[in-house]
Amino acid sequence: MTTSAVTAPAAGATVTAREPIVELRDVRMHFPVAQGGLLRRKMGAVRAVDGVSLAVYGGETLGIVGESGCGKSTTGRLMTRLLEPTGGQVVFEGQDITHLSTAKLRPLRRRFQMIFQDPYSSLNPRHTIGTIVGAPLRLHGVETPNGVKRAVQDLLERVGLNPEHYNRYPHEFSGGQRQRIGIARALALRPKLIVCDEPVSALDVSIQAQVINLLEDLQNEFDLTYLFIAHDLSVVRHISDRVAVMYLGKVMELADRTSLYEAPQHPYTHALLSAVPTPDPAKEKGRERILLRGDVPSPLDPPPACVFHTRCWKAQDICRVVEPPLLQVSPTHQVACHFPEERKLV
Amino acid sequence: MTDRSATMAAGSAPATADAHRRPLLEVKDLRVHFPTEDGLVKAVDGLDFTVAKGRTLGIVGESGSGKSVTSLAILGLHKRTRAQLSGEVLLDGVDIIGAAEETVRRLRGNKMAMIFQDPLSSMHPYYTVGAQIIEAYRVHNNVSKRAARARAIEMLSLVGIPQPDRRVDDYPHQFSGGMRQRAMIAMGMSCNPGLLIADEPTTALDVTVQAQILELMKKLQREFDSALIIITHDLCVVAEVADDILVMYAGRAVEHGPVADLFRRPEHPYTWGLLSSMPRLDRVREDRLRPIKGTPPSLINPPPGCRFHPRCPYAQRLGEICWTVEPELLEGPNDHSTRCHLGPVKAREVFVAEVEPLL
Amino acid sequence: MFRFLLKRLIVGIVTLWVVTVVVFGIFTIIPGDPALVYAGKDPSAEVLAGIRAKLGVDKPLPEQYATFMKGVAVGRDFPTGPKMVHCDAPCLGYSYKKDVPVLGLITRALPITATMAAGAALLWLLGGVSVGVLSALRRGTFFDRIAMTISLAGVSLPVYFTGLIGLSVFVYQLQWLPAIDTNSPFGNPFDPVQTFQSFILPWVVLAFLYAASYARLTRTSMLETMSEDYIRTARAKGLPERTVVTRHGMRAALTPIVTMFGLDLGALLGGAILTEYTFGLQGLGKQALDAINKFDYPLIMGTTLFAAFFIIVANIVVDVLYAFIDPRVRLS
Repeated sequence: MTTSAVTAPAAGATVTAREPIVELRDVRMHFPVAQGGLLRRKMGAVRAVDGVSLAVYGGETLGIVGESGCGKSTTGRLMTRLLEPTGGQVVFEGQDITHLSTAKLRPLRRRFQMIFQDPYSSLNPRHTIGTIVGAPLRLHGVETPNGVKRAVQDLLERVGLNPEHYNRYPHEFSGGQRQRIGIARALALRPKLIVCDEPVSALDVSIQAQVINLLEDLQNEFDLTYLFIAHDLSVVRHISDRVAVMYLGKVMELADRTSLYEAPQHPYTHALLSAVPTPDPAKEKGRERILLRGDVPSPLDPPPACVFHTRCWKAQDICRVVEPPLLQVSPTHQVACHFPEERKLV
Repeated sequence: MTDRSATMAAGSAPATADAHRRPLLEVKDLRVHFPTEDGLVKAVDGLDFTVAKGRTLGIVGESGSGKSVTSLAILGLHKRTRAQLSGEVLLDGVDIIGAAEETVRRLRGNKMAMIFQDPLSSMHPYYTVGAQIIEAYRVHNNVSKRAARARAIEMLSLVGIPQPDRRVDDYPHQFSGGMRQRAMIAMGMSCNPGLLIADEPTTALDVTVQAQILELMKKLQREFDSALIIITHDLCVVAEVADDILVMYAGRAVEHGPVADLFRRPEHPYTWGLLSSMPRLDRVREDRLRPIKGTPPSLINPPPGCRFHPRCPYAQRLGEICWTVEPELLEGPNDHSTRCHLGPVKAREVFVAEVEPLL
Repeated sequence: MFRFLLKRLIVGIVTLWVVTVVVFGIFTIIPGDPALVYAGKDPSAEVLAGIRAKLGVDKPLPEQYATFMKGVAVGRDFPTGPKMVHCDAPCLGYSYKKDVPVLGLITRALPITATMAAGAALLWLLGGVSVGVLSALRRGTFFDRIAMTISLAGVSLPVYFTGLIGLSVFVYQLQWLPAIDTNSPFGNPFDPVQTFQSFILPWVVLAFLYAASYARLTRTSMLETMSEDYIRTARAKGLPERTVVTRHGMRAALTPIVTMFGLDLGALLGGAILTEYTFGLQGLGKQALDAINKFDYPLIMGTTLFAAFFIIVANIVVDVLYAFIDPRVRLS
């Protein structure tokens, strides 16, 4: 655990264009579910993530959207190796970190951080924000020219908080400010990649925009790469360069922002996009809305072949037998559907 | 179903054109204050609105705007020991604020019902969904258990629960999120209330489920001819469903008007701020969002003058009046009223010239 | 539900078995030669060896354990003086100090402990829960503050203090109650009035201790429950406040109480040492204390196992009850 080996990357450091920072290769995360009997017979597994291949490239923002239980949060945790996958590979900057031990991961932890949805529960209520934001610096023994306190105050200022509030406790801050504290903490080690798991969904609309703008500013300033996980399709569209749509642990569609929102091809993406309401009553009245039947099936027992076929209006026999692979339909657009079709919805 | 609801409606109030004109719910100068150690929290501070049968009012505001406090006040759910209420809440002519607790209790669930944000925590985990609906129905209707159970199954089928005769005996945790909210709606509508208040009914739900639930609420409202209040932080949710919109800020209405007019020609800078701060799928993506600066004000020491002035980009332009004089909620054309010193004419000019092009 | 029950039962039996191993291990491994306890002054090596052989402690541990378990299962014989004494199954050992099988001593002491525990439990459950519920519903009022002050006293005052105060006031000064006949508290023959007079003070004293913590727990649990969303829903349905409190509030708030009650009662059945000692009642606790003082190892071990048995049974009952109360446990 030498710290000198890992120096904070300079703000302007450029990354080779198409070299992924993190890559998931056919990653699976099955949480075993034990039930019954003294022997705790393994009854099955929740297939939270089931064969996902995704790469995040330097400097970009990859958005993941999907409904609750689609595996988007698990995917984020796998990328930062907070979870050890049950299958596949996690590669960080060319190094296979799939099964690295906690000790071996620690020096790498500086390079990828997470921001969570609920800023309150992820901040220790008994610590001052100075302690909270400074903790990663102390933990990793980072050298701070003017002392930790100064470094923390700089960070606080950078995320739009008053540096004089160094000694205050989390409960003295509003939701938006607490999220800024979480961002400052994540930023402390100058990571390359930040996984943002629903970072703005608990915030009020007007505060949401402030935090999103802040994230974008920080990305430019510190050359950050984001994996941005959210259920809100409009927020994801705003912030992401590329977007992956997940359903029941699988990627349904992966494309650059423009293609995904203006020419989505997967029926599930169509349903999602058509369900998003817009603040325009005149347009809303005439808008085509795809109402999906029923609920998302249990990830304990996902439908065979195409996992979406049980709710898909386009499903044919083949959808129930053959799983559609995630295929390239254009250089920047991949779809996992037997019957992809371009459709304009927004 | 239609003939049943018709007979039921006939039992409660004659569904004549006249009944439609007279508002079912009238809120006049409602104030809800909570004394706390830090001072008096003026959660709602002078609110007026009406809702007629068959109409939907969307109340929009951020946390702390007083929207949920308002809904609890309408249902008479504030503890009188802890909240100071004044003003009038007239439901079909009966004043909820002044009435005896027992009178209000008999109205609650019967003439007015409410559904909440998180359907999982809003249902009792130890009782079956059916038992909870049956309880809601029987407390106001003197019927046998068997009849109430039939009603529960009927309601569950009405809200689109498959196999309602079986699912009636399931516990809430055996339902999915969307189904739980459907069950909550079934419970709320079981006594055929004239007024249904939905407090963030879709916030905890996924977007595809949200669409289903909004659709369902619209359908039920048509069938039951009830007055509906949807409370939300999300302007988008009410854009399609509501007839009128009330925008609240720091315990007061800042803008109130028919949905089409309010979205086409919003007049209050706060409403503009809400509209421009959210990323929109129906517009070309902008490089930068334009948030409202600052944070919502303290309700103990609200800013003097206009409560929005510390966050308002136009306050500097108008000058002193904004931080010294509190603007009135003034009614302009099209039943559209706004609480802003700009005034309707100027506001319209500013909107067209400066705000609309950026939306 | 049946599967759940079966599972809990099996787990319970296994736990009990583990307890026997541990208890047996502790009592045989602890330093000190049990033979010394039974031998007179300055015993010769041969005498000690003889006693060891008689006690069976010269054999290897696993064999001792096997003999013990065999006794539990089918009974065994103990050599006492010239003849053998048969100890019927379930044989928990033989007290050489008192020259009787351990189980006999336990079953003789059990009614006293059980009477005390049951009466006290009833009192504290009624008292503690109702005070707790009322306190929660009237949070911040005079009643709440007085009740919580008293309960704080109840939690902090030891039984021997309140017990002795009780004895001194009601028995010696006011003379409302006769002194407890420690040899036959139930009367001989059984006399309900004397039983009541013997046990009323222990009941109250023990109940006070427990009621205090129950009142506090109930209050906390009730306050938490009454702020749940589903309570708001119940009110929004127009239910009378009484129904809201009982059917919706208490039903959920009392779940943790059930758990605590089961475990407390189970533990008490193993003996309430301080209370029994204070009032001179010859219950399991007092007997265990005496056994410890006299190095009566078999009796200590037997009592410990017996107490463990109650706690494990109480655990199973609580778990089953819990599943019965909370469908999320039952149906997950």
